[in-house]
Amino acid sequence: MRGPEELQRFERIVMPHLGAGYNLARWLTRNDHDAEDVVQEAYLRAVRSFDRYRGGDPRAWVLTIVRNTCYTWLRKNRAAAVAGDAGDDGVEEIPGDPATQPEVRFIRDVDQQLVREALDALPAEFREVLVLRELEGFSYKEIADIVDVPLGTVMSRLARARQRLQQSLLGRLKEGA
Amino acid sequence: MTCAQAAPFLSAYFDRELDVAKSLEIAAHLHECDRCSAGVRQHQALRSSMSSGSLVFVPPRDLEWRVHKAVRREARPRDMLMPPWRWAAVPVAAVLAGALSWSVAVHRGGTAGESGELAELVSGHVRSLMVDHLVDVATSDQHTVKPWFSGKVDFSPPVVDFAASGFPLVGGRVDYIAGRPVAVLVYTRGQHIVNVFISPAGKDEAEAPRNLTLQGYHLARWSGGGLTFWAVSDVNGTDIDTLAHLFQAAG
Repeated sequence: MRGPEELQRFERIVMPHLGAGYNLARWLTRNDHDAEDVVQEAYLRAVRSFDRYRGGDPRAWVLTIVRNTCYTWLRKNRAAAVAGDAGDDGVEEIPGDPATQPEVRFIRDVDQQLVREALDALPAEFREVLVLRELEGFSYKEIADIVDVPLGTVMSRLARARQRLQQSLLGRLKEGA
Repeated sequence: MTCAQAAPFLSAYFDRELDVAKSLEIAAHLHECDRCSAGVRQHQALRSSMSSGSLVFVPPRDLEWRVHKAVRREARPRDMLMPPWRWAAVPVAAVLAGALSWSVAVHRGGTAGESGELAELVSGHVRSLMVDHLVDVATSDQHTVKPWFSGKVDFSPPVVDFAASGFPLVGGRVDYIAGRPVAVLVYTRGQHIVNVFISPAGKDEAEAPRNLTLQGYHLARWSGGGLTFWAVSDVNGTDIDTLAHLFQAAG
């Protein structure tokens, strides 16, 4: 960082996305304190590499750093959380026959706590694309850049993530019923 | 197009992320396939179930301040002599040093002693933003802040978190104003910091808030319970007034 103007620019451009950074870090680390530490570490990395920021969406830029910091942190502290690759072959199963599926609309009214648990239980690679898409509203292209995978992988991963979340929710609803 | 061919694309179709040609193919298939249409409706239902906003984790309110501080510290070693928390304060601070005593004398007709104290209050506020010394005890828990003051100042300042009214407590510190230790409570108002300086009043009667503006800073002074309060901030005067009244109501 070259001077006070750069820091000022950093604070103006990057600081406003702290909330989004925390949300992603919290979903990936699954812990309040770890998420706070990760966000702080990520912002330090961000300020150190701010001269490499070439414009573009600052939120996507800083979330890329937050995500990388999360995985570094997870590998160091919770190897198990990242070890289990859920597999991502891009092949999606055919959606179940609607006749045998519970009425779709009722998922709409599902208790938020249940949705939170179901999302939290997904493997990290599915969890993160859902958070980026549904909670942060990123496009596939932006998600591909943040997660550093091809566009096609974002497409198949999101499809599978939704399917898994759906199944998990329906399972939880049946359990609760 | 068969269901097996359409299935991998339903989710992206729902997200409107397919190119036009593919999108039209899928639309045509959905038109004649109830099963895949139901699949798309499930995506919609799932989105609805995630869209209430309650799934978004909100950072604790002091995280932004802590990160600001860490970022500033990180940026400082390389020729950063001026890393305030709020850059907006900088030009004001520069102007302030020279202009303050003059302003007070002209606009308030205050005594030399009073203007000196005001100058110290405002510089105490500015200093708290410019150096790493906004709070000594960083917590929104009033029950932690209050005992922290005992032994550091020889009076007991009222410590109340006004988060419910839009002034969350960030913490406290001790400053020296006019040669005496003064208790300082730090609140945030949106992105702004409000310092409330508290010192013994030397008399018991309550005094309603008086307002004063100095070079863009708003100050309010009031008394009650044997203590004098000064709130200093760059938030607008109405907000300062609100905080003063919250204090008076709480006292």
